[in-house]
Order: sequence, then structure tokens, then C-alpha cells
Amino acid sequence: MTKKVNVALIGSGNIGTDLVIKALRSQYINPVWMVGIDENSDGLMRAKAAGLKTTAGGIDGLLAHIAADNIKIAFDATSAYVHAENNTKLADHGVTVIDLTPAAIGPFCVPPVNLEAHLEADEPNVNMVTCGGQATIPIIAAISQVQPVAYGEIVATIASKSAGPGTRKNIDEFTRTTASAIESVGKAKKGKAIIVLNPAEPPLMMRDTVHCLTEDEPDQAAITQSILRMIEKVQAYVPGYRLKNGPVFDGNRVSVFLEVAGLGDYLPTYAGNLDIMTASALRTAEMLAQKMQSTGETK
Amino acid sequence: MNLQGRKIQLHDMCLRDGMHAKRHQISIDEMVRLSTALDEAGVERIEIAHGDGLGGASVNYGFAAHTDEEYLQAVIPKMKQAKVSVLLLPGIGTVDHLRMAHSYGVHTVRVAAQCTEADVTEQHINLSRQLGLDTVGFLMMSHMLEPKALLKQAKLMESYGANCIYCTDSAGYMLQDDVRSRIETLREGLSPDTEIGFHGHHNMALGVANSLTAVASGADRIDGSAAGLGAGAGNTPLEVFNAVVTRMGAKTNANVFKLMAIAEEIVVPMMDQPIRVDRDSLVLGYAGVYSSFLLHAQRAAKKYGVASEDILMELGRMKTVGGQEDMIEDVALNLTKAMK
Repeated sequence: MTKKVNVALIGSGNIGTDLVIKALRSQYINPVWMVGIDENSDGLMRAKAAGLKTTAGGIDGLLAHIAADNIKIAFDATSAYVHAENNTKLADHGVTVIDLTPAAIGPFCVPPVNLEAHLEADEPNVNMVTCGGQATIPIIAAISQVQPVAYGEIVATIASKSAGPGTRKNIDEFTRTTASAIESVGKAKKGKAIIVLNPAEPPLMMRDTVHCLTEDEPDQAAITQSILRMIEKVQAYVPGYRLKNGPVFDGNRVSVFLEVAGLGDYLPTYAGNLDIMTASALRTAEMLAQKMQSTGETK
Repeated sequence: MNLQGRKIQLHDMCLRDGMHAKRHQISIDEMVRLSTALDEAGVERIEIAHGDGLGGASVNYGFAAHTDEEYLQAVIPKMKQAKVSVLLLPGIGTVDHLRMAHSYGVHTVRVAAQCTEADVTEQHINLSRQLGLDTVGFLMMSHMLEPKALLKQAKLMESYGANCIYCTDSAGYMLQDDVRSRIETLREGLSPDTEIGFHGHHNMALGVANSLTAVASGADRIDGSAAGLGAGAGNTPLEVFNAVVTRMGAKTNANVFKLMAIAEEIVVPMMDQPIRVDRDSLVLGYAGVYSSFLLHAQRAAKKYGVASEDILMELGRMKTVGGQEDMIEDVALNLTKAMK
């Protein structure tokens, strides 16, 4: 059996903690370090209990161990501001970085759409866009793979309880980043993103709606087939990703109604928005690890 | 109820909330004609642009006949005394839209959020205040929170820099006691310098009565629209409210007869359908559903051969909030499946 690739997780919040649980199950990566800034955070304590090495000294607490512990990949789930500094230091140590913050230093990565291209290009840093982006851009790409899309719009509705203080403080970041990735990754000529927080109890599952306007009359059969194929690709790493309704065709409009249930690892199942981020990041790391293993880079 | 000598600031919604009832198709000419007439009649504030606020143009909510920029550019220079306001819903519009509106000379920015989610408005309220604008925190679907919890959210907006807080009855669900308890709690709990407003919908035919209660309980600003042009059964009919409070001895800046003439001669002829309490709008008020879902639900009902009131009741059961227009077609499709 090939040796697993050693990884570090930076940021011991909800996302980082959920990622540790997923990474511990992986056949391709081995979570070795968890980096936080608060010794008593739930994330660091859980990581320690799970057998990971931990530091509350931020990125500098990790750097000295990168070579000795053969860390090849790091997930960064801190903040855009902190990520910029982390990235420079990790790059100096030859670590490939998977960025779950809104920093977007590297190119956007939506695994079923462009991960292979990023692997071929040996990108030192990729950015995981947003939860709404991970849930919807595969569908927009599936449509634009059939025919030109003049306009792509997504509406992401998440349970209030699953929106953390970071998201709330800078909600514009979501709309801007997602709209930009709808264009650059989904290949819609113009992108628009809307996010709605719903306080209902019990909390609702993440819902995502995609509306595309195709340039010419939509080829219904080809688009439907392309969307269904894409959904299967996403389901390979997000089992709770479901088509609820559609595709609906109405003139040049194509609408797809989706629901995302999480795996319920660290976060409840309704928080599909957080789960699809961690699942996409894990998928990215695993593909990267497989490439490293095949090229012998892990030795 | 004694409103003798009370000063009430009126805020007309025809050209923003009314956009919902017009599928966002109000022309520049109509907007200029109506806003200049409202200005001339003495209405202090006039809200304009897309029904879902700045950046609302979308497949989900509908594309307006013109861009937000075009409406602002056409209306603002024409105003003699009235101040123009815009609505901004974080999650739909961004601070970029806010800066744009400021550059066109907008006076008031109303930053709207579902009443439980005030903390998404921090950056927008901050910026609006920094730009020196009249800054309002607009708590939508206020019926969904008890008065004390609503006050907590209002205080967040106040702490970000809002100089006015609105209790917004987006679903036209509130009864007079609901309004009284919320406005009184806001008045007692917020700084005396912070103004309070009430935005009603007429779905239970209580627009005027609720607005009177709001003023009696301490509100300074009242939203309404001439002839009620707004989502659902419309907003509080402003010419009616103005006539009532004038008779009660309160003071508004608007002329009773001029406002009546605007409603009758300009707004009613603009309507694509009568705006009144009918079965669907009554369902909105009864079930507590966001008023602007109305026309979307009627369109989906027609397209899929299901009853619009069934769609609306289901949206109420799902506890949908403002912005979730995408769920209307989804619900209609589910109802079609259930019929098979």
C-alpha cells in the first residue's frame, strides 16, 4: 500500500475541526498537525485527543516541524487576512496550500470542474471559493459545457445557525467571490450570487438554486444529461448533494433546484454549506496526494 | 387615541415596494412624474429603484425596466424638498451598490435584514453612516420575533450606526397589539436620539390602523404608498393615513388633497391589476408570508396548474423569509408531483 501524504490543518474552528474528522478517514492523506491560536479551543482539544500534534502558536508553531514531519499539504481555514501571511510562509517551505478562506490568492478550485487542470499546472495554492459556489458552479459548468451561458445566477439559502460570525461580518465577500467564480469557473459570461439566511427551527437543509440564461435556445436533452452526470460527480465526494427539482426549461432559462445535506461529522447534517466546503477541500487534497504518490514526491 | 400635535414623517414606497406589484417595470417617465408630484405634495421621503433593493435585478426577483443607476439619476436631481431613499439587502446588494447610490446623491439608505439576522448589516450600516447618510436599520418580517428579541437586534443596528430603526411588517401579519408591543419596546430600549419607523402591508386590511398604533406607541416615521401601490395587498395607503392623522390633529408635511389626487390620477392608472385585499394577499397576511411572493406565486400557479393559495400556505409552513423567491417554483413543482 502507498504511503499516505502528511497534511497540516490551520485554523481550529468549525471548518478545521470538521476537516480533521474527514481527513482521519482518508485513504490518501494523514492529518499530522492542527494549528490554532487558543490552547483551550474545542478544535485543538479534539485534534489532540484524536492523536494529532497541536500548537496554539499559529503558523510559526508549525514551521519548524514541516520538514521533520514531512508535511506536504496544508488546509488553511483561518481568515483572508491571516491566510496571506500563512501562505507566504508555507510556500517557502514547499507546502501546497488549500485555502478555505475568502483570500483567493490562488485560482478558484471547484473539484469536478477544474481540479484536474490545477493538478496539471502544479498550482502551489488553490482557493475553495464559497459554500454556495461549491454547490452551484458544477451545475453552471455542466450547462456551459453544452452551450454558451450568457448569465448564471445562484441563490444559496442556509440555516442561520450554520452561518458563523466571519460570514456574517463580511457577507459581501460571499456575493462577490461567488459571482466571480460563476464567471471564471462556471463560464457564464455574467455571474450573480444571492445568499439568504433563514432562522427557521428546526434548521433547514442548505438549498441552492441555479438559474442560467443560455445564449441560444437550450438543448434540453443534452443539458439534462450533462447536469445529471455532474451531480453524480459531486455526489462522489458529497453524498448528501441532491437534485430536488428541474432542470426546468422556460425559454432560454434553465433552473435547477438543489439541496445539500452534510455528513454530520462535526457539524449537524443541515449545515450542508459547511460540509460541502470541507468535502471539496478534502477531495482536492486527496487528488493532490494521489498525484504526489504517483510521482514519488512524498518520499 | 390622542395624536394631537404629533409630528409624523411620511415615506412613500410606490416606486420601490410598488415595483413588486409592477413586476419592476415602472418606466423612467412614470418614476419622474410620480416622484415630482409626491415632492410637490410635501412627502418628505421617497424610496425608488428595484423592489428588492439595490442589486435586486435578477432572474430570481425579476429584471427591472431600467438599472438602479438610471432611476436614481433621473429622479434625484428633480427633487425640490423630498429626499430620495434606497433599500439595500445584504446578501443581494453590496457596499459597492451603496457607494454607487451615494455618488448619485441619495439621502437615505435603509439596510434591510431578516429581523433575526441584524449582524449581517454591520459593514453596510457602518459605511452609510461614514458617508454621512440618513441610515436606517430595517428589520424585515418583524412579526417573527417577540418584542424583547427584536429590541436586541435593533440595538445591534443602532450600535453599527443606524439613526433610525424600522419595525417592518413584511407579511402584513401583525395585529395592532403586535405593533404596539414592538414599537413600545423599541422606544423604551433604544437611545432617545434614535428614530423609530413602521412599515406596514395591508394584507389584513390593517395598514392604516397599525400605522396609527405605531405612531401612538412612539414611531416617528411611517411608510406607505399612494393608493397602496406595493407588494401583496399593497402598503399602507398613504393618502388615507395622511387624511386620518390630519383629522386627528397630527402634523405631516403632506397636503391631504394633493396626495389624494396623486393616488387617484397618477397611481391607480399605473396599476396592472387592482391592489386590494383578495384571497391570495389575505393568505399572505394570515399565514405570515413575505408579501412580494404574491405575483411570483400566481405566475407559478398558472404555469403548473396548482392553486396559488396552496403555494403560499406551503411557503408559510416552510417558514420561508424574504429573498427565497426561488422556493416558489420549487414548491409549485412539488405540488404538481403530489397531484400525480
